[in-house]
Amino acid sequence: MGPRADPEFAAKVREQMGLDSSVPTQVVTFLFDAVRGDLGQDFVTNRPVTQVIGAYLPHTVILAFAALGLAAAVGVPLGVYAASRPGSAVDNITSIVSVSFITMPSYLSGLLLLLLFPVMLGVLPATGAGEITNPSDYLTHLILPAAALAVTWVGYLARIVRSGMLETLGSNHIRAARALGLSERLIAYRYALKNAIIPTVALLGVSLGDLLGGAIFVEVIFARPGLGYLVVESLADRNYPIVRGVVLVTALLFVSANLLADLSYRFLDPRVRVDQPGGAR
Amino acid sequence: MTAMTRLLTRGGAATRDTLRDVAGRRTGLVALLLVGTLLFVVALAPVIAPYDPAEPHIEARLQGPSAEHWLGTDHLGRDLLSRAIFGARLALSVALPAGALALLVGLLIGLLAGYVGGRTDRALVVLMDSMQAFPAVILALGLLALLGPSLRNTTLVIAVAFAPAYARMARASVFVVREEPYIEAERSLGAGNRRILVTHVLPNIIAPLFILMAINVPVAVTIEAGLSFLGLGVPPPQPSWGVMLQDGFELVREAPWPVLVPGLALMLTTLGFTLLGEALRDRLDPRLSGVDGRPG
Repeated sequence: MGPRADPEFAAKVREQMGLDSSVPTQVVTFLFDAVRGDLGQDFVTNRPVTQVIGAYLPHTVILAFAALGLAAAVGVPLGVYAASRPGSAVDNITSIVSVSFITMPSYLSGLLLLLLFPVMLGVLPATGAGEITNPSDYLTHLILPAAALAVTWVGYLARIVRSGMLETLGSNHIRAARALGLSERLIAYRYALKNAIIPTVALLGVSLGDLLGGAIFVEVIFARPGLGYLVVESLADRNYPIVRGVVLVTALLFVSANLLADLSYRFLDPRVRVDQPGGAR
Repeated sequence: MTAMTRLLTRGGAATRDTLRDVAGRRTGLVALLLVGTLLFVVALAPVIAPYDPAEPHIEARLQGPSAEHWLGTDHLGRDLLSRAIFGARLALSVALPAGALALLVGLLIGLLAGYVGGRTDRALVVLMDSMQAFPAVILALGLLALLGPSLRNTTLVIAVAFAPAYARMARASVFVVREEPYIEAERSLGAGNRRILVTHVLPNIIAPLFILMAINVPVAVTIEAGLSFLGLGVPPPQPSWGVMLQDGFELVREAPWPVLVPGLALMLTTLGFTLLGEALRDRLDPRLSGVDGRPG
């Protein structure tokens, strides 16, 4: 509400939102409501915050998974290939490219992709998420945001997979596989990758925060209705209940993903025990 | 703080060796060149910049590169090269203090938690964990929404987002150092806590924190630019690369230069610092090679 707000209305809103009670009371009330699934009311439309977030959340989740899938499809083969020829031109180029990709923030990759495809080449839509009922339309809207978000991850994955592969390729079971005359490609993808991929799982959990943070910028650049777009719009409107809700939901997503990654780590690599110091943690 | 000065003078020769070693690798050399150029540009910004970064020339708006404007002009006809140069100054004036502040606060918290232990330690760990439960950008965004956009607030908020990582690292190292026999020996000679902390614990735990800071600086640069891009960080008249990107984004269909120039500056800066941080880490503390400096 601006400085010219009607005092009577201001008083009413203050009472409705519980702003007349003390700060500790407000915090406690908020927490009690939050665990019961009530995050308050949207300040502008008066809809429940959970309902608004529920409408935007799927677009962000789809975007995140699409970006991870894309990154895995590009980054993993890149890492495997680089590891199979260490010191070669391809390996050197891969390492330079992966560092530049890792350091590139998502808003920059997003802006560059926006500039290259919709603006200069006139292909692929620049804004919106498309209609979910029309899969091809939705997918064409997904390509650029997902690619923009995937760039960092392509770099990460290529690098981790490469170093994991180099480590694994020197181990005894790979020597045995070579002695049996299996093809290099089979050895790399079937046997070595299995071990080399494990560290990436832990990384995925820990770095989901980066992914969610990056999604904010990508969604703003491509005007894609997701959580990030929602939070930035709400900040502009000073619609704090929404902002608070989104921050809480994001933290929840982040913590659960971390936990999931830790647990699955143990499952994927039976050598890791929880009670072992420096193990699954 | 005689111990501190001793630490620093002893560091002189070691620093020279380290630099020589870093420059000996190909990526290290590239890193030193990039960071060196950046520092040069930052130090001499008013001398090198051909124009005043804030001075508009509406008649010359959105021009491409030319003899007068090497990298073109933005929507108000401001010289993009000059803005990018002053943008470098602004980027570092946020990233370096933010990193230093995070290091200092994290160090104090880590020392306190690790050395005192017990209930204090548990309380501080819970606090750090709950701060790290928020993704860094989201935490910074939420805090800035409360504090309002300004250069000082941006610095503070980035420092807050980074501090827990330093605290964790310091705490873990204190736990190791605390149990060393020489600490026990010192204590039996009657040394107080302060003497033990300053002359023994601090010098042993500080190196990894500085490496983390080197790795954190480029991340801070991208977070500052990102927040400014969203209009929450450094407010518009100042030539932040994020503000420049936002200006360029709005007119992306008219001209590519306003996006490309700050984008390239940002990319080279983060690349240089990241390579440098990694080279330092490999040289000084190979045990840390898993640390990527990204908070949360």
